[in-house]
Amino acid sequence: MINMKRAYYEDIELFKSGTIVFWTIVFLAVLFTFPLYVSNYYLYLFSLMMVYVIVAVGLNILVGSTGQISLGHAGFFAIGAYGTVILMTSLNLPFFVAIIAAAFIAAFFGFVLGLPALRLEGPYLTIATLAFGLAIMHIIGHTEFFGGRQGLVAPAFDIGVPQLGWSFILDSMISKYYLVLIFTIVMVLVAINILKTKAGRAFVAIRDSDIAAEVIGINLTMYKTLSFATSAFFAGVGGGLFAFVLGFFDPFTFNMLLSIIFIVMIVVGGLGSVMGSISGAILITYLMYDLFKNVDEVPVVGALLVAFSQQFMTTTGMDNFNLIAVGLVMIGIMLFEPLGLFGGWIRMKKYWKTWPF
Amino acid sequence: MPFGQLLIDGLAMGACYGLFGLAVVIIYKTSDVINFAAGEMAMFSTFVAFHVMSIFGYPFWMAFIVSLAFAALLGVLVDYFFLRPAKNPTLLGLIVITIGANMLLAGLASWKWGAEQKQFTIPVSYSVTYEPFPGFIISQWALAVFITAIVIVSFMFVFFKYTKMGTAMRATQQNKHAAKIMGIKTDRVFAFAWGFSSVIGAITALLLSAKTILDPGFMIEPFLRAFAAAVLGGLMSIPGVLLGGFIMGLIENFFGYVWPAWKPITAFAVIVLVLCVRPSGLFAKHYVKKV
Repeated sequence: MINMKRAYYEDIELFKSGTIVFWTIVFLAVLFTFPLYVSNYYLYLFSLMMVYVIVAVGLNILVGSTGQISLGHAGFFAIGAYGTVILMTSLNLPFFVAIIAAAFIAAFFGFVLGLPALRLEGPYLTIATLAFGLAIMHIIGHTEFFGGRQGLVAPAFDIGVPQLGWSFILDSMISKYYLVLIFTIVMVLVAINILKTKAGRAFVAIRDSDIAAEVIGINLTMYKTLSFATSAFFAGVGGGLFAFVLGFFDPFTFNMLLSIIFIVMIVVGGLGSVMGSISGAILITYLMYDLFKNVDEVPVVGALLVAFSQQFMTTTGMDNFNLIAVGLVMIGIMLFEPLGLFGGWIRMKKYWKTWPF
Repeated sequence: MPFGQLLIDGLAMGACYGLFGLAVVIIYKTSDVINFAAGEMAMFSTFVAFHVMSIFGYPFWMAFIVSLAFAALLGVLVDYFFLRPAKNPTLLGLIVITIGANMLLAGLASWKWGAEQKQFTIPVSYSVTYEPFPGFIISQWALAVFITAIVIVSFMFVFFKYTKMGTAMRATQQNKHAAKIMGIKTDRVFAFAWGFSSVIGAITALLLSAKTILDPGFMIEPFLRAFAAAVLGGLMSIPGVLLGGFIMGLIENFFGYVWPAWKPITAFAVIVLVLCVRPSGLFAKHYVKKV
């Protein structure tokens, strides 16, 4: 409907036109030079955004391309975060080994969650995945080995191999930003390419009609669980990076709200499109973590809102302005642009292409 | 804690989950929307009752009526402004709209009343107990829950069976387009369903606030359990939801007594196991989608 393809090579090429290559290069150049013009706080915010981009892109494979629903992705995210940190501290593994191992553990749990998903759909699958997310949060919160309710502190961010005496510690926000950026680029490329393989096309066929997919010879058991596992792998990698971006986390970081936020990111961005997931993740993270962070410093409306709060509302509840903003943006986008930000982009493009008409 | 009290408590909590599950099911049956805002809508209505009682100083019955009227209005408004304008919505799109409404209401409530816990008392207390037979202790609160549940369920039975609006709702649920052709104003039926569901939710939330606490997040957990109970019952049948609620409440109370630390997730684990065996809940006919 949106992307018409006429040949196989058109389907597998990474960039559709020279314009896209040009703008991608400009965008990457801006991202790589970012630390030159912004403060540490914004580097932190952008690192967080990119972590969520990884998770959103992975969730999009499951929800957007395979048509399953997961409200338990905070669970995989938690497995990634806890797995990476614990493998590094208890087993003394180097960072890259630990994060990949943790992501594979998350993928294994994704496979396990994919098994009941073979029989469930719609609201029933929602409840099953939601239960998984809650269960992970509670198991972590009640086990001393995982730090219990106190949470964990991430160790020094050493991306070398300290066991062989080759240590390379990232302690500044700038270096963490670059590492997260490289991870994000790699993971996004992986996601784009997965959708162009046999497995990716099988996912899309399952989304469009699972019975028809089975009839043309797609192994539903294999590809549905594979989709869950892939998506959990992405969430695991995101979680591993998240642990070091935050530096400290407890089980309640990974509550149900986070799973819901992940789903909201990809739906608001536009289901089934990688670019949509990226823009959705960036928009929602900005709204959740940055907008109205300090209400009195917001330009134009800040002082007004504070005065209004003192007069009619409470000032303690002003921390929750971002919830109001996110809620309104979500409803607005769904009402006026049901295909999300990506749908809006497609419409804009069509409008300008055929402009006078 | 003796067996009898655990049983009564479990049944009372179960009745609350069942009632709240009804609020979810009424909307799902008529308009195919999973209402993730149900919890926060009920929370907001409870805060309205709190405001009328504590800030304006009116008696409870007044607060009760105002709160229910507000709940009905809120349900209709959410449907009118958020759900009705949606063009060709998908299942996930509708879920996202209700989640948006949920966040909006949560933000507004904690802006207006602050995020801290509130002192809110309704005339039924959890600590006042009766013992009609020895060893059979029932609290005033549980009694109130049972009476409310019986009243609401019998009202719904009569409503769906004998009134014009109830028949229209059943018709809309079976086939929206056919109902429209028959002259039923389906938009009005949806608005009514939202208002009705919101009122049931508000009554349940008022009862729950007497047992737990009152703060802007107090309905999140009960909503999840009620949703799970509704799913267990099959999301389509009213007796199924009530039974799902009772199962949920009993499992939670008994397992919670044996392993307090795992209380929040035992019921969910059981539900996932049940769903693995019966993928559409206990009471729904398994519906096979054709290509």
